[in-house]
Amino acid sequence: MKYIDEFRDGDTARLLAGLIHKEVSPDRNYRLMEFCGGHTHAIFRFGIVDLMPENVRFVHGPGCPVCVLPAGRIEAAIRLAESSDIILCTYADLMRVPAGKKDSLHKARARGADIRMIYSATDALAIAQANPERQVVFFAIGFETTTPPTAAVIRIAAAMALTNFTVFCNHVLTPPAMAHILASGEASIDGILGPSHVSTIIGSQAYADCCAQYRMPLVIAGFEPVDVIQSTLLLIRQINEGIHRVENQYTRAVSASGNRKAKALMDEIFELRPRFEWRGLGELPDSALAIRHTYAAFDAEKRFHMAPVTTTDIKGCICPAVLRGVSNPDECKLFGTVCTPEEPKGACMVSSEGACAAYYSYGRFRAEVTS
Amino acid sequence: MNNPDFKHGVIEMAHGSGGRTSATLIESLFVRHFDNPLLQQGNDQAAFAVTSGRMVITTDAHVVSPLFFPGGDIGSLSVHGTINDVAMAGAQPLYLSAAFILEEGFPLAELERIVISMARASRETGIPVVTGDTKVVERGKGDGVFITTTGIGVIPDGIHISGHLARPGDAIILSGYIGDHGTAILSSREGLEFGTTITSDSAALHTLVAAMIEVAPDIRCLRDPTRGGLATTLNELARQSGVGMHIEEAAIPLRAEVRGACELLGLDPLYMANEGKLVCIVPQQSAGRLLARMHHHPLARQAAIIGHVTSDERNLVVMQTGFGGMRVVDWLAGEQLPRIC
Amino acid sequence: MCLAVPARVEALDEATAMAVVSLDGIRKEVSTQLLEQVAIGDYVLIHVGFALERIDPVEAAKTLALFAELRAMDGNA
Repeated sequence: MKYIDEFRDGDTARLLAGLIHKEVSPDRNYRLMEFCGGHTHAIFRFGIVDLMPENVRFVHGPGCPVCVLPAGRIEAAIRLAESSDIILCTYADLMRVPAGKKDSLHKARARGADIRMIYSATDALAIAQANPERQVVFFAIGFETTTPPTAAVIRIAAAMALTNFTVFCNHVLTPPAMAHILASGEASIDGILGPSHVSTIIGSQAYADCCAQYRMPLVIAGFEPVDVIQSTLLLIRQINEGIHRVENQYTRAVSASGNRKAKALMDEIFELRPRFEWRGLGELPDSALAIRHTYAAFDAEKRFHMAPVTTTDIKGCICPAVLRGVSNPDECKLFGTVCTPEEPKGACMVSSEGACAAYYSYGRFRAEVTS
Repeated sequence: MNNPDFKHGVIEMAHGSGGRTSATLIESLFVRHFDNPLLQQGNDQAAFAVTSGRMVITTDAHVVSPLFFPGGDIGSLSVHGTINDVAMAGAQPLYLSAAFILEEGFPLAELERIVISMARASRETGIPVVTGDTKVVERGKGDGVFITTTGIGVIPDGIHISGHLARPGDAIILSGYIGDHGTAILSSREGLEFGTTITSDSAALHTLVAAMIEVAPDIRCLRDPTRGGLATTLNELARQSGVGMHIEEAAIPLRAEVRGACELLGLDPLYMANEGKLVCIVPQQSAGRLLARMHHHPLARQAAIIGHVTSDERNLVVMQTGFGGMRVVDWLAGEQLPRIC
Repeated sequence: MCLAVPARVEALDEATAMAVVSLDGIRKEVSTQLLEQVAIGDYVLIHVGFALERIDPVEAAKTLALFAELRAMDGNA
């Protein structure tokens, strides 16, 4: 597969890892946050940790869309789906994420709610067209990568003057979350592996202010294992030189200004939400998107007068600390005992790129396997 | 009584009532196509002579969406699947039974198509459907058609194949490309449609098994990696036998297209379903001879040794990745769903 | 986050802003409405049924040349 296989070459990976071993300073630690779950997934799936010197540690960040979605938003969607005769469409990733009281979309569907998994945002539109007598709500989640497709279908729905299609918008923004983590300083990190496909949309410049303000080295990294290792090397070089800048390893897909057309489309359909709650990070100002007033007819929160729902976190679950890069999954008392991929208690155990699921699937026995 | 209208008609409640409408459907559809002396007798059961040796019985409920997919349909699948479950004991399959649960309103044309496909699979494999049953459920209470097939077979003397017999050091053989069935099903599933030349690998494996036990009567385990894929089957065998497994990603036969589909949808080919493949665990000294024999069978041309059984109390399946790292190949949690992140 | 895979553009329909892309023989219809320009033969990143961006072949070649250099150096060592 072109542009995939070249970046999964084990020999290249080992050579780059060799340079890392040569260049790290033995008398310090390197705590590097991989912001995205995609990087977490690659680090575990390909065994990248095994290639790293002991003093290079990966700290997992909040870049997993289903992990940072607060349970209350899922609960709100479930209530909507169960209270009226609507069809709720969502990406499959969200189906098993725990809402409040041991509930999930999966369980709500089993109880009879009409919840449908879709692959593309356009599928939700197609379902609306095929069911003109019913209301269809698209439960939209994701960072800047997934937002333009949602914007695109809202614009199409407007052009077609559809009256039975709305979007429950939960799109969130990467730079504010990154700024929040750096401002708190509790993760005590030395550098950041920056997002791949989020950056494809928003461009590498989007992180400039944040990096400058917190004097933080950042390398935008592709999701393939060789990309991750090369970016780690670039990050270690910045740290060794005592410099901090936004560097772009993923040049084949990321430009300085990003995808202008996609950004313009997002801007046409969405506006900043003054505040939005993130699981783990709490309420962050200007960190999420809402549908603009011009397109209010397609806003499920407005059409169905959806009230905010608050839920209490699962007792003992340290997902919030994991999402802030403060704790590792295996420090959680629930990890691997009451919280497993089969019976997830916290969101990080659900998505295959959630830090807990990655630890469980690939990392749980890593030490024993390699010993 | 007229025959049902197989062009435009649909299943009605009366087709399952046990009355004359039921009888006509059975005669004009099932008995006509499955055509064999035992079924022709028209009893509620089939009587046959018991042969010597150990007998096996297995049953399998088939629900599949969509009902028709590239390379097969629920009918052929329900014949192959059950024959394979019999064959995985090292047995020669003898007879099948079939129970149909039909949903009111299901087009008779589609039902006929399924039954013809089932009859063809039965004829081609030489295993007759000798008894059956039909029930109809109200519209909305079924998904078109569900088919349960039961198979009976006999194990030749001296053959002892079971999931608990794997021993450290044994070779793990896989009979061919993984993930074809899962990919074919996904490609035709509503909302996911993608173009591919991949077809389901649905096939009956009893002749392959017969050839295998002829050259390697010491085979310890056989299992077909259906739902849950290769990863699930290896984990089942490891747990049943109280051993671990070590496999090499590079040795696992995988078509480029299946890999492409998995990359696109965020799926792992190790968990993709197969309907015409088997995993075989055999002592090392027989592995080479067995593999050579398998390569001569049309259903195992790409057979490969993909790893070996290890001694491991935790019953882990570990894989050396193509990239060079090691990872645990775990049980599948929930169902494998396409992901966007 | 954000699974996106590179696939080759095989056919384009400018009127509907749709394209057929292929990834090792798998063909999928995707929307091209987020792209400013796209041509048959381009590789594009596919995410939830949309092409997010074209892969820049020149930049990809630069990265790969660097890796090749690294391997050559290792071969001489």
